[in-house]
Amino acid sequence: MDLPVIAPEAPQAGGCSAGSCGSSADQMGGMSDEIRARVQDHPCYSEDAHHYFARMHVAVAPACNIQCHYCNRKYDCANESRPGVVSELLTPDQAVKKTLAVAATIPQMTVLGIAGPGDPLANPERTFETFRQLAAKAPDIKLCVSTNGLSLPDNVEELAKHNIDHVTITINCVDPDVGAKIYPWIFWQNKRIHGREAAEILIAQQQKGLEMLVAKGILVKVNSVLIPGVNDEHLKEVSKIVKAKGAFLHNVMPLIAENLQDACEGDMNMMRHCRQCRADAVGLLGEDRGDEFTMDKIEAMDIDYEAAMTVRAELRAKVTAELEAKRQKAHAPPAPQVVQFMPRPHKSAQESAPAGRRVLMAVAAKGGLVAVHFGHAKEFLVYEASADGAKFVGHRKAEQYCAGDETCGDGESVLDRTIKALEGCEVVLCSKIGFEPWGNLEAAGIAPNGEHAMEPIEEAVMAVWNEMLAAGKLDAKPSAAKCA
Amino acid sequence: MALEIIESCVNCWACAPLCPNKAIYEAAPHFLIDADKCTECVGDFADAQCVAICPIEGAILDELGTEMNPPGSLTGIPPERWAAAQAEIMAR
Repeated sequence: MDLPVIAPEAPQAGGCSAGSCGSSADQMGGMSDEIRARVQDHPCYSEDAHHYFARMHVAVAPACNIQCHYCNRKYDCANESRPGVVSELLTPDQAVKKTLAVAATIPQMTVLGIAGPGDPLANPERTFETFRQLAAKAPDIKLCVSTNGLSLPDNVEELAKHNIDHVTITINCVDPDVGAKIYPWIFWQNKRIHGREAAEILIAQQQKGLEMLVAKGILVKVNSVLIPGVNDEHLKEVSKIVKAKGAFLHNVMPLIAENLQDACEGDMNMMRHCRQCRADAVGLLGEDRGDEFTMDKIEAMDIDYEAAMTVRAELRAKVTAELEAKRQKAHAPPAPQVVQFMPRPHKSAQESAPAGRRVLMAVAAKGGLVAVHFGHAKEFLVYEASADGAKFVGHRKAEQYCAGDETCGDGESVLDRTIKALEGCEVVLCSKIGFEPWGNLEAAGIAPNGEHAMEPIEEAVMAVWNEMLAAGKLDAKPSAAKCA
Repeated sequence: MALEIIESCVNCWACAPLCPNKAIYEAAPHFLIDADKCTECVGDFADAQCVAICPIEGAILDELGTEMNPPGSLTGIPPERWAAAQAEIMAR
């Protein structure tokens, strides 16, 4: 049967570009089955799991043993959302209580991480006391930790003991000359060490720690903070080296430079759905619920964790089955009826390039579905649709022009800014959209689409792409929208 | 002989666990050093540990009021350049 367009033959040598590899929006394309199985219900590691499973961080580790030039520990305010600041520092006992409270209230919460606000391994007693208690009281919660790596080699044994199977190391460089520009100093063996020497020690410790973790079978993700003009070019080298040493995922942040992620992707799985959460974040990625779980509210809660565990197990089984079905579908051959709408290719399958150019589409999504009103969307997920399928490439922040109150006087300019944020996208999918933004979007060369409300994102994106293909809109370059 | 933590402290906790004399304690609005317990780490370490890890320039003073981590010593940015950069940011 001739189904060349949607199901191309296996990629020819050299024909699989960095930007198109993978048949779905699944960033785990390059992972082994074993690793895939271990991360598939982890919201921070699995692109599709993050719609269903939630995570939380407990801020038990305040102290830090290095200084990064980009880090400022000073401020905490309601509008701050960055690592390194928290509203409420917890003792290990409080952290355990909070974790149980959240897990009982939000059964989707599968992962507990310690990420600061300092370095968890610079506070080993507090960090490991929290892990110790949780491993005993909530065995159904996955534990993970994020570190700058300086004290990592000394702590690998202890990490392995607590059944922590995911560790994130922030590695911004592998070259001490680059490192000297990122780290002014470290605290090492009871002394402050400055400059290149400091960077050399830190890099050596990070790499040693990475190797030790991999040798123990602990999964390692690498975070890199992209600093333009300092390590932007260098990160490709970092990606290569950490992959060679066995890291399974590379998260380049905080400047979400989609084209840099593309450049790195040839060597490493790229993490594109990160929201750079605070060290006290709670809930689904991008939907923080920390305010519901302050210590005074938690003290007032009555938690039956045994009962909660049953509910949590049921939910997890249901979601896992749902995700499994979705993944099967993503990898299965396309349904033939989709193809009937396509122009018949003249060349044979092997010869023809995939018909139809790539199209960027923005989606106002929630829980993996096209489920948000355009005006209520806090962010848009950007997908690249092509004959290879729908691929998640990043997210764009929206300024909500419709905040729901009557006092919004500058609605129009905010809408304009939102439209600007969607530059490069040709379609925006949402559950509903108002008359005015509809017109403005069209004027900007972006087609609004509310016909796929409550459909799974990838299916909706591909349905729209197929409609565009059938209508002959994918032969030429996009008319008004410019590629960002 | 004792060190002192002043109001520029950001309560990051880095110093407290390192003190060999347990002289540093959490207080509001910022951490404090018990002058009776502080030895400036003499006999224990070559450098005073709180001074060696404190990320804030000028937050720890000695008995004479001297800043143990003077301006520019931690960021590597000379104070004049820092002031110029701040002025430029304010002007925007």
